Amino acid sequence: MAKKKKEDVYQEFIKGLWRDNPVFVQVLGMCPMLAVTNSAVNALAMGGATFFVLVASSFLVSSLKSWIPKQVRISTYIIIIATFVTVTDFTLEALVPTIHKELGAFIPLIVANCMILGRQEAFASRNSVRLAVVDALGMASGFLFALFALGSVREILGEGALFGVPLFGPHFEPWVIMILPPGGFLTLGLLLLFFNWVKERKDRLAAQLAESEAS
Amino acid sequence: MNELVWIFISALLINNFVLAYFLGLCPFLGVSGRLETAFRLGLATIFVMLITALCAWFLNTYILIHAPYLRLISFIVVIASTVQFIEMVIKKTSPALFKALGIFLPLITTNCAILGLAIFATNKGYGFVEGMVYALGAGLGFTLALVLMAGLREEAELCDVPRLIRGTAMNLIIAGILSMAFMGFAGLFSAV
Repeated sequence: MAKKKKEDVYQEFIKGLWRDNPVFVQVLGMCPMLAVTNSAVNALAMGGATFFVLVASSFLVSSLKSWIPKQVRISTYIIIIATFVTVTDFTLEALVPTIHKELGAFIPLIVANCMILGRQEAFASRNSVRLAVVDALGMASGFLFALFALGSVREILGEGALFGVPLFGPHFEPWVIMILPPGGFLTLGLLLLFFNWVKERKDRLAAQLAESEAS
Repeated sequence: MNELVWIFISALLINNFVLAYFLGLCPFLGVSGRLETAFRLGLATIFVMLITALCAWFLNTYILIHAPYLRLISFIVVIASTVQFIEMVIKKTSPALFKALGIFLPLITTNCAILGLAIFATNKGYGFVEGMVYALGAGLGFTLALVLMAGLREEAELCDVPRLIRGTAMNLIIAGILSMAFMGFAGLFSAV
């Protein structure tokens, strides 16, 4: 029994990180992710902020779930999320003013990230505190991973650098378009295409395997 | 007057909310399948944006000077409840309009473009008239992007596209090309 519990927790975590990745599979929370992923550092900062907000609000929502009246639950979730976002906003402004300035209005916009509200409604409000936190940790790590993947691809192609360290030497001609808005759409589109391809391949291999076993 | 025109043009084309700021992507990708629905959603969004600008201006001028740290929370609560309230009013007074906007109104409340509009307008320090013009421009810009996207998607549906790329991946790449086209409008600024 104890072992099964442990596996459950692991499953909840891995679900958010890979199988139900909020960005690549569910395509949620895209507004903040495309706008700030023009460099790896910004992507990590945004991912970190979202991470904190999601985990903290999942924890609070699931501990308060029996006191929140059904009719006003969405508004309650939004207020809880907005409170944590305000905390994050002021903390970042005090600790890392340069990054805060670059992310600008997109930190407050974490409130409108449908992924966070979605997790509260779909998971945190009907599961134990422990599972809700694990689920939030998984989803937030998945989001962070996706942001980082997008941010580093865009920075490498757009500036020929990663974390500000040049990679290709002086003769590299940067693809400026990649750090501009169209690059965000194109990169995410191509990454989704890649994920589709991996999934399709896996399905086909599994089908072939099943066929050869049957015959 | 001239400045107002620039605010309008900038929000409409150069800093288009969808294609340059990535705001409101969920409806942009979700509801852009049909031209007709896209257009209606756009109209409803313009409407909500104007109301939001009004609320944001009111809150900023009269209430939030005393407690600026409550800005985010009060924005989102006031916007959500105002939209809900207006939805009820429209339902009672004009069923035809309600039917046209209908399901889209509650959907719009969770659209990040709405909250983004309030925050951007505050950051830029717009007054009442500027805020309303900004909201109108942003709303029209959103509608324009949505309608263009829907038109392209309707066309793309008739094409023979590989199965792998169909769906969100293709829509994002189309959006990327649209966004590239819109970058051309940036030249409008340097022309003056």
